[in-house]
Amino acid sequence: MSESKKDLEEFQREISHWLKANKPADPEFLLPETFMEVGTDRQFDFLRNWQQKVYEAGYLGMAWPEEYGGRGRHQEYQNIVNREMAEQRVPFVPNTIGLNWAGPLILQRGTEADKQKYIKGILNAEDIWCQGFSEPDHGSDLGNVQCKALKDGDSYIVTGSKIWTSLATYAKYMILLARTSNTDSNKYAGLSFFLSPMKVAGIDVQPIKKLTGEYGFCQTFFNEAKIPADCIMGNEGEGWSVAMATLTFERGAAGGQAGGLSMMDLNVNDIVELAKHSRRNGQPVLDDPLIRDELVQLIMDDRSNRLMSSRSRIPALRGERPAAVAMSGKLRGSELKRRMTKFAISLQGANGSRYVGSSAIDGGRWQRSYFNSFSATIGGGTSQVQKNILGERVLGLPKS
Amino acid sequence: MSNQINFTEEQSMLLDTAMSFCQSHSPIETVRHQIENHKFDAEQWQAMVELGWLGISIPEKYAGLGLGLGEVVPIVESMGRNLMVSPFLASTLATQVLVHGDNENLKNKYLPNIVNGSIATLAIQELEGAWDINLNEALGKREGELITLSGTKFQVLDLDVAEIVIISILLDKQVVLICIDQKEIPPENIKREIVIDETRNSFSLDLNGLKIQSSALVKLKDLKVIEQSALLLLSAEMCGGLASTLNTIIDYLNTRKQFDRLIGSYQALKHPTVDILLALEALRSHLYYTAGQFGDGDSSDGDLEVALHMCKALASESFAYAGDRCIQFHGGFGFTYECDAQLFLRRAIWSQYQFGDEKYHRQLLAKLLLDECA
Ligand SMILES: Cc1cc2nc3c(=O)[nH]c(=O)nc-3n(C[C@H](O)[C@H](O)[C@H](O)COP(=O)(O)OP(=O)(O)OC[C@H]3O[C@@H](n4cnc5c(N)ncnc54)[C@H](O)[C@@H]3O)c2cc1C
Repeated sequence: MSESKKDLEEFQREISHWLKANKPADPEFLLPETFMEVGTDRQFDFLRNWQQKVYEAGYLGMAWPEEYGGRGRHQEYQNIVNREMAEQRVPFVPNTIGLNWAGPLILQRGTEADKQKYIKGILNAEDIWCQGFSEPDHGSDLGNVQCKALKDGDSYIVTGSKIWTSLATYAKYMILLARTSNTDSNKYAGLSFFLSPMKVAGIDVQPIKKLTGEYGFCQTFFNEAKIPADCIMGNEGEGWSVAMATLTFERGAAGGQAGGLSMMDLNVNDIVELAKHSRRNGQPVLDDPLIRDELVQLIMDDRSNRLMSSRSRIPALRGERPAAVAMSGKLRGSELKRRMTKFAISLQGANGSRYVGSSAIDGGRWQRSYFNSFSATIGGGTSQVQKNILGERVLGLPKS
Repeated sequence: MSNQINFTEEQSMLLDTAMSFCQSHSPIETVRHQIENHKFDAEQWQAMVELGWLGISIPEKYAGLGLGLGEVVPIVESMGRNLMVSPFLASTLATQVLVHGDNENLKNKYLPNIVNGSIATLAIQELEGAWDINLNEALGKREGELITLSGTKFQVLDLDVAEIVIISILLDKQVVLICIDQKEIPPENIKREIVIDETRNSFSLDLNGLKIQSSALVKLKDLKVIEQSALLLLSAEMCGGLASTLNTIIDYLNTRKQFDRLIGSYQALKHPTVDILLALEALRSHLYYTAGQFGDGDSSDGDLEVALHMCKALASESFAYAGDRCIQFHGGFGFTYECDAQLFLRRAIWSQYQFGDEKYHRQLLAKLLLDECA
């Protein structure tokens, strides 16, 4: 199915117009910057309403099959929506784990019944999803998770705990990686993957205060929680391969996501604008050659990321390592955002020490953003782990 | 500024041809052999002439192919990958002065010859080592129809084999270009120079006492054409060099063992190597974006200027970094002349300081990007 340029251009105008007309007004409270930081009910309600509105208008899951609640259109339409949402700075849609990793996973590997049961609720934000991978003692070393799920008739009994679970307070379902067997010599072989319900006896969610002082992620405790046996995805012992497939979606290295925006976009132009109006020690910051040089480097790196996407769409220019661009997207994007927000604070002179709640510059947005930027350099596999992956899978270097 | 790379059918074909041509004509043993012998490889040059490469950026009415300098990028990139020793870079750059200049007689006289293999070169640099051509001090003094030259040029590439020499001089307080036959220069005025990159054939040129006809003057609408062409082609060559440096590092990390492990398993080596990969991916993206913008080489285009400064800034920094790490990651062997790492580091440094290093270009970028509406 190929789409005519004219249709796409027309659609671009349509969505641009719709977003302008329907973009919600800024609430009187601070919104979270990513789905990993939804900490209060009013933040959550605001964002869930927004997702519902976008879905009902037909702009989410556009390339997902119609029979499950998608719109059955060409991926290019969704791409246009995603870009336009970022451009127009609309709020993000909060059900990211459902939309962008559990959802595509279910469409790729789930049973017909799974698709009927889950997809629509993911899209319309009725059913929020969370991810139970990390544990207190095993984060980067995900293959070592110890949370147990033992088969008991037509149930599994789950015992253990998951941590850093974003959205857990609001979630109806969790993608859960747990150990169904301890006897295997290979740590990966005992793992299984579940589409687990959250609202069952024995599952308790405890919010955790983040470095910003707000709430965002949680610890999830399983105390002999009974979940239905048929919520396992694949067979017992196949959990690692399903988890890896999930991470490919999560890190954006595979297509198939429902789309939408999963975090507030920070553009380097925002930083340039800030710099143009900032003063440091009585001087415009743009008079300082060191500041200028650092800013130019940020502008170049931002542009590099954009041009890389463009080049990766040209087959003849993909070069000898075609996976490099897609597989490094999360690393490049998250590290750049961290550097940009950190730089923004440096433009404020002594006001760099202020924070949200006092008379900080821009309400303390930059200080908070810098703290929050670590969500993406740590969550979803730390930057260091991303470099291991790139070194091993893209460059073919031996395992560390 | 757009984020879309325009990549043409011609570029794609040239990339394929050039990759295999350079690989087969310039294996590393050949490069080393040429470093030792300084012998011009006439056969290889003739092969390039036959492929039409010397005429790519020359208009059809002077027997060229009438494409842009953007189409030359895949060739120079491939040469860079193989550290190829060739007057191609110097000659293509010098050609741009004639192509964009106003002197119809000289175009008719030289351009068709260049297409057929006459080598041209540029003599711009002076002792001071300034990058801005407007800071040139070599003088031309008018005496009727003759212009008498004084001063010395340095780092003139391939002057021994060039037939056509384009020289920048200060005439009537303005920097202008003159184009002469190399034969007009007494051999004793040409001296071989030692430069850090031994694959370069570099010379000084003593201008004192040379007298030339004022018909040899070439006026450019904008002197920037020279810098812009150089930035594009140097970045292309550096991008190729960076790719090979990365491959050289990876090869060693995958063969050398210490403490019973391949050294590539150590993150202190693995992570910087990934940084180099990402720098390469970035540079190559900037490079082909810029190549796609080069089209008619309109030097007044602000976007093109930004794109070129970004290319050279990124190329200078990342190639020098990769060359530096390439030495370190080879251990004691990296300290030897025999190890190829030095070839890449030498190439990287030579290129870094031609036509501006990363700090210089970032400074110019700051002006273009941050001051426009301040
Ligand atoms: C905001 C946020 C939201 C999150 N949301 C979720 C969620 O919804 N669900 C979920 O399951 N998890 C979630 N996580 C958890 C996240 O995936 C883990 O924190 C991450 O994988 C790192 O694991 P860890 O915290 O145990 O750190 P560790 O693995 O203990 O890492 C500590 C340090 O050691 C480094 N390190 C570890 N191993 C290596 C190695 N092999 N090589 C080099 N360096 C190494 C790390 O880079 C890091 O700097 C979230 C995290 C954050 C910050």
